[in-house]
Amino acid sequence: MKPLLEIENLVTTFDTEDGCVTALDGVSLSVGQGETVALVGESGCGKSVTSLSILRLVPSPPGKVEAGRILFEGEDLLAKSEPQMREIRGRDIAMIFQEPMTSLNPVFTCGSQLIEAIGQHQRLTAAQAKEKVLEMLRLVGIPLPDQRFDEYPHQMSGGMRQRVMIGMALCCAPKLLIADEPTTALDVTIQAQILDLLIKLKKKMGMAILLITHDMGVVAEMAERVVVMYAGKVIEEAPVRELFRAPAHPYTRGLLDSIPRLDVREDQLGTIPGNVPSLGSMPSGCRFHPRCPHACGLCAERVPELRETGGGRKVACWLGTPGMAVAGERSASR
Amino acid sequence: MNGQRRPLLEVRNLEKHYVLNEGGLFRKKTVLRAVDGISFSVFPGETLGLVGESGCGKTTAGKCILRLIEPTAGSMEMEGEDITRASFARMREVRKKIQFIFQDPYSSLNPRMTVGQIVGEPFAIHGICSGVERRKRIERLVDRVGLSAESCGRYPHEFSGGQRQRIGIARALALNPKLVVCDEPVSALDVSIQSQVLNLMMELQRELGMAYLFISHGLAAVKHISKRVGVMYLGKIVELAETEALFSSPLHPYTEALLSAIPVPDPEIARERIILEGDVPSPVHPPSGCRFHNRCRYAMPVCRETEPEWKDAGGGHFVACHLR
Ligand SMILES: Nc1ncnc2c1ncn2[C@@H]1O[C@H](COP(=O)(O)OP(=O)(O)OP(=O)(O)O)[C@@H](O)[C@H]1O
Ligand SMILES: Nc1ncnc2c1ncn2[C@@H]1O[C@H](COP(=O)(O)OP(=O)(O)O)[C@@H](O)[C@H]1O
Ligand code: SF4
Ligand code: SF4
Ligand SMILES: [Mg+2]
Ligand SMILES: [Mg+2]
Repeated sequence: MKPLLEIENLVTTFDTEDGCVTALDGVSLSVGQGETVALVGESGCGKSVTSLSILRLVPSPPGKVEAGRILFEGEDLLAKSEPQMREIRGRDIAMIFQEPMTSLNPVFTCGSQLIEAIGQHQRLTAAQAKEKVLEMLRLVGIPLPDQRFDEYPHQMSGGMRQRVMIGMALCCAPKLLIADEPTTALDVTIQAQILDLLIKLKKKMGMAILLITHDMGVVAEMAERVVVMYAGKVIEEAPVRELFRAPAHPYTRGLLDSIPRLDVREDQLGTIPGNVPSLGSMPSGCRFHPRCPHACGLCAERVPELRETGGGRKVACWLGTPGMAVAGERSASR
Repeated sequence: MNGQRRPLLEVRNLEKHYVLNEGGLFRKKTVLRAVDGISFSVFPGETLGLVGESGCGKTTAGKCILRLIEPTAGSMEMEGEDITRASFARMREVRKKIQFIFQDPYSSLNPRMTVGQIVGEPFAIHGICSGVERRKRIERLVDRVGLSAESCGRYPHEFSGGQRQRIGIARALALNPKLVVCDEPVSALDVSIQSQVLNLMMELQRELGMAYLFISHGLAAVKHISKRVGVMYLGKIVELAETEALFSSPLHPYTEALLSAIPVPDPEIARERIILEGDVPSPVHPPSGCRFHNRCRYAMPVCRETEPEWKDAGGGHFVACHLR
């Protein structure tokens, strides 16, 4: 199957007071037709910059996509003109953000904003557009859509606004939906409503979803495949069951061990020592090496490339490679 | 068990109502019931978790206990002493025994003070020890929460979120409090850092024996750290029980739904999720009778009319629901 979206070696930088920092350092990932892929990692690892890069929405300056390719249905988005991108955004690729309030304009009613969103890609009469919007509000489970149509964003709760955002994103039946932490700002019971809605809509409309989250629980419930990022790089990729059953990268393992579980009793949580490095002072070699329990000399010197290990899995780690096996034995016998 | 021991803190029918002045012709006064009659005890050395969704009154309850905001009704006793109306001078003394850790490790530390000054602030406020002795004690505290002694001369902005939360913990522990009220102490932190801070808090408790009132919307963290847990909904505690009992056999329909809503980080487990309809109602106009009746899948006619009593369903498992 040919992937719908294919990102190769994406490099995105920002000009900051402390000089030029590399937020994405060679990110590669793909999303198949109708597939749900989760992009996970801790805050600042580059998840949002990845999604903004795909849509060519990285604020510039200070940001710049320096290198790489973003193939959507085989065509490089980085080579498109701004008017072409405007066509693609919303029609082919739609996005929903973490904080629905900031993406809805507070001075216009929700209905008028939805009509405008539809109008950008479809020629409809006013009556047709309104009917379409009401249909969409009904689809995303907004009670009393006729009444809500005339309300302003601040009159709605967070969960309601996120429904409107989802409605807006899906009104042109995009092939890919990028959802950047769509439930992080919401309470768990409202999160459950929104995730449930996304699952239902996906069944109905069949779009692919790139779901960005830092919540491993959300990943487990939603994704078919998982891409794990750490400090601007993809460090592991695997089908969801494989990832949870046997995480290959020490960071992924540490992350899974440090989550308190509701269904398991554990006396002591696992931890990852130290802190997430800042962009200005990235460790040499493997960026995880100062925090990694398996690090050896090689790790501090050379960057491990993302390599395929079979069964649709990829990992960027020296563990299990010929050079490291020797080093690993040495450190174990010490 | 608990029946034999005297509680450290006993809260009875605590209430905090805010009177809102809505504009308009009649200047209608409306009342927001942030906390609407909650009762619980914290025993020496235990952790009581308080969970609930945004706006249910957790922070308000925590702040009332320290009298950082004044409750509008109810009473609080600390080691048998009624502190509900204690004088300002008396509260200063009481605050040596009860400390607070805040949610936001970014805004809760004064940016113009060094870490040493921040951690030593309680000593300064209460005029306890000075000079070399104070410096030694500060260094011991800083070391105890896992920061290096040279951190003392640095400023908060030079530290990460997790490190700042450690600084806040060191400050809270300076006076050997008996109770620490922790309001979402790990919610703002990255997952891998949350577990570091949770482990540290549990270690310190084993070593120093203080009790925690651990407030959070993160159920997994609450479950991990708490001995008993209370669940809040719209200004009320709807259920309170030993942690194991609450999570394995919740008695209140809201607790049941809340637990089922949490995504489990295991793709092999298929679960039935209870999806609650609608949103949490406004605390200005809470539903009549049982506040949960408009979203409850078991609601009966009586639920609309009569508020369910707060009762012990056995073994210290408290619940307020007509079903039980
Ligand atoms: N000073 C105030 N004036 C009026 N209403 C207030 C005030 N402080 C809090 N409230 C209201 O009281 C209710 C409870 O607020 P509180 O901050 O205790 O909730 P919480 O459970 O801590 O929520 P969160 O999880 O979002 O921190 C909310 O409806 C809030 O809007
Ligand atoms: N406009 C910007 N200017 C400078 N740095 C930025 C900007 N946007 C993002 N970054 C940096 O890029 C890195 C990745 O950010 P982001 O993708 O938002 O992280 P997350 O994984 O939490 O979504 C962070 O270190 C962030 O500080
Ligand atoms: S490459 Fe080395 S330091 Fe990096 S994760 Fe693998 S073992 Fe750890
Ligand atoms: S009292 Fe009635 S409405 Fe309230 S939780 Fe129990 S069954 Fe549901
Ligand atoms: Mg982000
Ligand atoms: Mg709060």
